[in-house]
Amino acid sequence: MSQKEVNGSSHRGKVLTLETMNQNVRQVEYAVRGPMVLRAVQIEEELKKGVKKPFTEVIKANVGDAHAMGQKPITFIRQVLALCAYPALLEDDKFPEDAKLRARRILDGCGGQSIGAYSASQGIECIRKDVASYIEKRDGGIPSNHENIYLSTGASDAIVTMLKLLICGEGRTRTGVMISIPQYPLYSAALTELQGVQINYYLDEDKCWGLDVGELRRSLTAAREHCNPRALCIINPGNPTGQVQSRQCIEDVIRFAKEEGLLLMADEVYQDNVYAEGCVFHSFKKVLFEMGPEFSSVVELVSFHSTSKCYMGECGFRGGYMEVVNLDPEVKAQLTKLVSVRLCSPVSGQALMDVVVNPPQPGEPSYATFTKERAAVLADLAEKAKLTEESFNNVPGFHCNPVQGAMYTFPRITIPQKAIDQAKAAGQAPDQMYCMKLLETTGICLVPGSGFGQREGTFHFRMTILPPKEKLKYVLEKIAEFNAQFLQDYS
Amino acid sequence: MSFSRQVIASCIYPELIDSDKMPLDVRERAKTLLECIGGSVGCYSDTIGIPIMRDSVSDFLTRRDEGVPSASGNIFITHGSDHGFGLLLTMLVRGDRSPLVGVLTPVPSQDFGNALVASGATAVPYYLDGQQGWRLHTEELQRALRSAREVCDPIALYVINPGDPTGHVQSRESMEEIIRFVYEEKLLLFANEDHQDILIGEGCMFISYKKVLAEMGSPFSDAVELASIHSASKGFMGEGGLHGGYLELVNFDPSVQIEFDRLISLLGLPIIGQLALEVMLNPLQPGEPSYEQYQEEIQHIRETLVHNVTRAFEVLDSLPGISCEPINGGASMFPRLHLPHIAIHQAKEEKLPDFFYCSRLLEQTGLCVCPGSDLGLPEGTYHIRLCIMTSVDTMEEVLRRLGKFHKQFMKDFS
Repeated sequence: MSQKEVNGSSHRGKVLTLETMNQNVRQVEYAVRGPMVLRAVQIEEELKKGVKKPFTEVIKANVGDAHAMGQKPITFIRQVLALCAYPALLEDDKFPEDAKLRARRILDGCGGQSIGAYSASQGIECIRKDVASYIEKRDGGIPSNHENIYLSTGASDAIVTMLKLLICGEGRTRTGVMISIPQYPLYSAALTELQGVQINYYLDEDKCWGLDVGELRRSLTAAREHCNPRALCIINPGNPTGQVQSRQCIEDVIRFAKEEGLLLMADEVYQDNVYAEGCVFHSFKKVLFEMGPEFSSVVELVSFHSTSKCYMGECGFRGGYMEVVNLDPEVKAQLTKLVSVRLCSPVSGQALMDVVVNPPQPGEPSYATFTKERAAVLADLAEKAKLTEESFNNVPGFHCNPVQGAMYTFPRITIPQKAIDQAKAAGQAPDQMYCMKLLETTGICLVPGSGFGQREGTFHFRMTILPPKEKLKYVLEKIAEFNAQFLQDYS
Repeated sequence: MSFSRQVIASCIYPELIDSDKMPLDVRERAKTLLECIGGSVGCYSDTIGIPIMRDSVSDFLTRRDEGVPSASGNIFITHGSDHGFGLLLTMLVRGDRSPLVGVLTPVPSQDFGNALVASGATAVPYYLDGQQGWRLHTEELQRALRSAREVCDPIALYVINPGDPTGHVQSRESMEEIIRFVYEEKLLLFANEDHQDILIGEGCMFISYKKVLAEMGSPFSDAVELASIHSASKGFMGEGGLHGGYLELVNFDPSVQIEFDRLISLLGLPIIGQLALEVMLNPLQPGEPSYEQYQEEIQHIRETLVHNVTRAFEVLDSLPGISCEPINGGASMFPRLHLPHIAIHQAKEEKLPDFFYCSRLLEQTGLCVCPGSDLGLPEGTYHIRLCIMTSVDTMEEVLRRLGKFHKQFMKDFS
């Protein structure tokens, strides 16, 4: 039955209307899954119905969904999770011992030995302990306490939780949160929904999307006129910009946060996705502690990680965690309470996180295969990153910064004045119009830069580097073709 | 349930689909599902749920409600019932603007008061009748509504049917009264029907609010805005940790419904939870290889529950100072403690009497149950809540410890 037929009509006014509902929800915009995607889905329907188009498939290069683009899952991870889902498989000798070992450990931490049982809201204890060990190892021995770890439904969930904790006050005392522009629109969407004040600081496109403390200071000073800035968010490696911050930069940010009394939120979900030569991932926590007690005992830091990216790409499991450092103990108690009001994160996601932080070690049966698969995924991404950068820099009117890390490219594009005028007349952002036309002409779905924020007068789009190499080459060609035509049409 | 876990494991590790270790129906179901979810359980889900899942839900609902139509456009996949309820609350609240939005909520029930407060709404309690099997009286709803209007803007009525912890299953007449009430008072109706799968009381039937609403016809059936909540967390699936559930909206303003999508966009739905949900709502058919085992497992769970309740009543009947309303559904028992004055008096020095009872029970026997005061009940009556969804042996042990403790307690404080 169609929705209309089922719903029918009523002449009586509704109790819940656009006017009586939560107005904050209405204002939430999330470009990654916004109007472009809706249109892309429509086009897919049209193609299915046999409508003729200049292309045969829609290529969704808009969202960082690795598996949807054909990336293979890591065998070991899936083995452990299958064992957890159906423990009878523990008797099956097709599964390696190291996978069974981990599955048993996870199941032991679950109520009734089942991933179907609710877990404690903060997350299964043995998994949090494993996460803490992983962090310690990663950060060269700097201690991590499992009580400071909160397992979450992807990193997004933890980020929103922290924002909920932070946002308070009214008018001039309303909490302001600094976010980098261009930014991953979860932050702006969450701030809209929670009615926090968004404070923009601009990354420097001419310096490979580097962060400049002068710009942080400018933005903060201006913000203090109208709100109470309390937190600074940074995504490293960056989304959509793909830069990997230098150690110096991270130190500068930490110093700035200490001087200005800001809580640092470090979104590090792409920490394994580092490609460019000379680039290294430095965790905020490690740098903080290496700066000595003057900083490490004072600066409030929350770091986020997820199972959706890196080499795993397991978006559908909703695994993630945050580690809180130097939070006031009473605030931490409130955080724990806030988290306990809701359910735990999905246990299958927690299980997945456990495998990620507890991978096969040298000597274990699955080590060789695991290492090979992991390296292959990352090498493939690195190759595609380079290919994309080179390709786009050969397109007239495009300027593409190196994709040092993460999964996206964010080239600056040139839109002729005529096109800008047309877009504005239609009430559309010019890069949105560009992307819409690209979609209609080539079936390639990207996200316009306006969804992420950009300097006034500049235009960009975000494309993922996830499609398989041959498809990516096709996409790059088509975009170049389209762009040439577009420039011609609007000259 | 073996079948659902086999399907899920096969979707996680598709090598199992090609091996003959798994029954044929498992492999076929896993193959179909994998194709519909984009080839991997690691892909992002559509924000309001994978289309095939939403179709499965609406097909299930149409079958369950014997032809009352359901459209997949009115279905939103959730992480479970609490999540679904939380989403509804978020849609309602109006920030800090006074008056706050109010939701009439049943007492006793699981403490979601916190969820309500955290969302910015006000919980307005209405008291179920502990002397009459925890029935809902319209007079009590009216009283609650009147008192609510003095402090907030009541906009919704929340009912839980089958009730938890009360074990009450509403009659059709009672449900019709509720529907009439919300229609007259212009309230939204939120129905948490999470425990619909297994009824314990003999002859007890579950009817959905949607079905009753539809069968009442105009003007109710096309006016009352109803949100029904269900999940794979309870019943015979019991897969709370997997996070699979759904909401169905009936008669909501279409433009408001679009906003739901915007709301849900921010976080993602786990794929595994939707797989569990799909298997629950799209069960095996007679003749399929795994059908018999599946039915046996459901039967076993049902029989265990009935057995547990029967045993529990046997034990409670033999104890002084403890009584219980009939349990017709849900996963809990909620006996009433008739505590001696001395106990009440001593308790009040430190804490609430039923909390006092439960702490001593925990300290002395290691048995952890929930005091009724945690579930919103006012002073003057004392209850404990215990879970009956457990193995026969565990239940026996629970009853043994409780029985022993209770006898001693009544003696110590007589």
